[in-house]
Amino acid sequence: MADKPTAAVKEPLFHITKRTDISTWKKILARAVAIVAAFVLCGLLAMVLIPSIGENPAKLGRFYKCFIDGSFKTINIVWRVLRDLSVLLCISLAITPAFKMKFWNIGAEGQVLVGILAAEGIAFKFGGIFSEPVLLLIMLLSAVVAGAIWGLIPAFFKAIWGTNETLFTLMMNYIATFLVSFFLSLWITNGSQVMPKQSHGALPAIAGNANLPVIILTAILTVLIYVYLNYSKHGYEISVVGESVNTAKYIGINVKKVIIRTMLLSGALCGFAGFLIGAGINQSVSPTSVGGKGFTAIMVSWLAKFSPAFMVLTSALVVFLQRGAAEITSIFNVSGSLADIFVGLTLFFVIGCEFFLTYELHFRKSKQEGKENNA
Amino acid sequence: MANEIALEMRGITKRFGSKVVANKNVDLIVYRGEILSLLGENGSGKTTLMNMLSGIYFPDEGEIFIDGQPVVIASPKDAFDHNIGMIHQHFKLVDIFTAAENIILGLKDEKKFDMNAVNKRVMEIADKYGFHIDPKKKIYDMSVSEKQTVEIIKVLYRGADILILDEPTAVLTPQETEKLFSVMRAMKKDGKSIIIITHKLNEVLAVSDRVSVLRKGEHIGTVLTKDTNESELTEMMVGKKVTLNIDRSDVTDPKDRLIVEGLNAYNEEGIKVIDDVSFTARGGEILGIAGIAGSGQKELLEAIAGLQKIDSGEITFIRPKKDQPVSFTHKTYKEVVKMEKEGKFHDKDGNPVDFTGMMPHDIKKKVNAGEVLFNEDEPMSLVGKDPLQIRELGIRLSFVPEDRLGMGLVGNMDLTDNMMLRSYRKGVPFFLDRKNPHKLAEEIVEDLDVVTPGVETPVRRLSGGNVQKVLVGREIAYAPKVLMAAYPVRGLDINSSYLIYNLLDDQKKKGTAVIFVGEDLDVLIALCDRILVMNTNRIAATVDARTTTKEEIGYLMTKKTEKEDGNNG
Repeated sequence: MADKPTAAVKEPLFHITKRTDISTWKKILARAVAIVAAFVLCGLLAMVLIPSIGENPAKLGRFYKCFIDGSFKTINIVWRVLRDLSVLLCISLAITPAFKMKFWNIGAEGQVLVGILAAEGIAFKFGGIFSEPVLLLIMLLSAVVAGAIWGLIPAFFKAIWGTNETLFTLMMNYIATFLVSFFLSLWITNGSQVMPKQSHGALPAIAGNANLPVIILTAILTVLIYVYLNYSKHGYEISVVGESVNTAKYIGINVKKVIIRTMLLSGALCGFAGFLIGAGINQSVSPTSVGGKGFTAIMVSWLAKFSPAFMVLTSALVVFLQRGAAEITSIFNVSGSLADIFVGLTLFFVIGCEFFLTYELHFRKSKQEGKENNA
Repeated sequence: MANEIALEMRGITKRFGSKVVANKNVDLIVYRGEILSLLGENGSGKTTLMNMLSGIYFPDEGEIFIDGQPVVIASPKDAFDHNIGMIHQHFKLVDIFTAAENIILGLKDEKKFDMNAVNKRVMEIADKYGFHIDPKKKIYDMSVSEKQTVEIIKVLYRGADILILDEPTAVLTPQETEKLFSVMRAMKKDGKSIIIITHKLNEVLAVSDRVSVLRKGEHIGTVLTKDTNESELTEMMVGKKVTLNIDRSDVTDPKDRLIVEGLNAYNEEGIKVIDDVSFTARGGEILGIAGIAGSGQKELLEAIAGLQKIDSGEITFIRPKKDQPVSFTHKTYKEVVKMEKEGKFHDKDGNPVDFTGMMPHDIKKKVNAGEVLFNEDEPMSLVGKDPLQIRELGIRLSFVPEDRLGMGLVGNMDLTDNMMLRSYRKGVPFFLDRKNPHKLAEEIVEDLDVVTPGVETPVRRLSGGNVQKVLVGREIAYAPKVLMAAYPVRGLDINSSYLIYNLLDDQKKKGTAVIFVGEDLDVLIALCDRILVMNTNRIAATVDARTTTKEEIGYLMTKKTEKEDGNNG
């Protein structure tokens, strides 16, 4: 039947099929294209939304320069970027064992916060009483224990009564926030509820660089978590439980035990991150000390597909975007929300490109044939 | 009648990704008022081809004609508009709705639905073709066969002229299958065209007018059923001559290995899933378990493996213990002498012990000195033990579960890591030993001809047959005393199936007690020594596989017990 299909016979515009495989260089290329496309779109958006650029498109160059300046303007800024990156990476590493187990812990924010609270509470109460190394050690231990308890509670309820860990950990965040407020009003008697920067209990600078301790400790942690997840029996059990609870039961893994043990670890590492923020950076605590990093870390971990090595890259991307956006806010004197839009847009492209890595679009045949002829 | 073409597929090609070609340039013709069998091994592209008729997939190339007109079927709705109805292997019904409610589900009607009229119409269709159905019965109260009836009437209700049945008999007993075939013949007489997807040759020959054979996605040929036979069809299907005989070895020296007594268990919803089950599995024997899907087979195996909570009853594993010294604290002098006469004793070099000419005093002395050894069996209870505890007791129990990638293996892990599931606790503390599992994975790939790019490939990328080889290979590598396999050949091609049968028979020859849960009664009869027939979570009977018939087992599987009251279609 050589007749052309009649008008009633209409093929759909495209079909979606799942990809079976894709080469590594294509994956990298796709992500690079996504980031470039996002930056181009950010520029177009800036022309519309920032009047000074809209009037003079030549300023667009400065817009992009600001993005880069945010992270690379001076050597001091580079160090601070590395420090911020380390803190975000540390929290991302902390939540990764739980996420790999498909335990949706969105309570890192609270777990880190109680870690800061414990560390700084110790510094506030015992600063000057103990020698600095002893004080730091107690701060570290209490931060780790506090984080571990905050992680253990939802894990225990999940393992015993099957409660929903997402809601549970979310609620625990609020408790942590108000716990900080409570202790601040208890400790700070002048009514300001602001803890002054503590003179005791600060991580000592290495080679005169105050950022280095946080960076080094996180680098060590990255290696440790990588080994733990890939080469330890615990890591293997986490993978099996995450992939299939039925398989875990079938080979005799005590699923409840693994859930509790892993969340204990995850919470403890969040507490450690809290220690880094407290002793390494802020030397103080406030209800907003974590500043949403506990949630950003989820995205960092996920984007890296729970691989500690890739997490270094994804946390770098996120920090780069945030700092670039902050720079734009101050240079062009625009609202911080606009900068957030740029960050969100870029991440949307990066995550959205995963769709094209997993699925393939097949367009209507006539077009496809046209393409083939062109090729 | 056989001249009017109802449906024609021309040059149909369907690819998945860049490498997998599910269908390649397939031509297919279906006449009005005929039953066409679509025959092919698993993975030969039968279902994919039919899914392009029912609007689930869209062909990459090729054309479809209905009554000579080119059509485009881009959605299930398009398929209905062209009067094509497909009955899928997995039913798509809403459990809490009645039959009639499921039948009209999704139909757009301007006026209000009049359920009485719907019920009446359903009954008319049922009467016309010889179905038995109660339109007001809820789906969750129905047997598999009844659910299938609902699915068929659903497409007939929508006016389907071309019906596609995807492996409809896989879930049916021989009796139900016969009933389905008579309904199909009635529909054929009414001028309907029926395509039946199957890989069972006897059914092809029994019901169809013509047979189209697919192999590796290509249309190999179409033959008239009356002009063909089983061996020709097999050759078309597999591409070479195969002998389909299971070499069942004789049972030598069976020993009780697993004894189940009065077992009862409930599932999480509190429904009884194992009802007073007792049986014995013997080493050197294959014990088959037959029954309609969901008759308690899965739960029974899981109870033995320590995965299903037991309410009451006893599961005893008899662990063979070699070279145990005889002692008078366990046995009387008389028993010892009797055992000696039966030749049960040996010394530490394995030579038989002879008491002839010895005084009772000397015998006692010899026994007390621990010089008289025998092979003792030690009973161990499995009740209340989880899989890890069972393994730590040294009980060699292997289990090939029904859900291969959901329970037996981890799909996203590679072959090595899947081998490790059994052994990861071994070796140095804290760190994993991947060396031995890697070696085992390579051995299994080699011994069982697993087709895989390498042992670093995630198992989900392998085909069904290869996945099963990996799983069975791992479980056998464990040198089990009891090997339980649930539906181990489901979804496998003919060659892989026979490889698995032979592996099971090899285990039997090694003295393993093999428990085989199967669905194909022909295979059960050919492979097993004894067959336990389960019916509504109880054991209906145990039959000798060498003397029983398919019909007998089918009858036992479906026979109504006093506890059941529904009307079994």
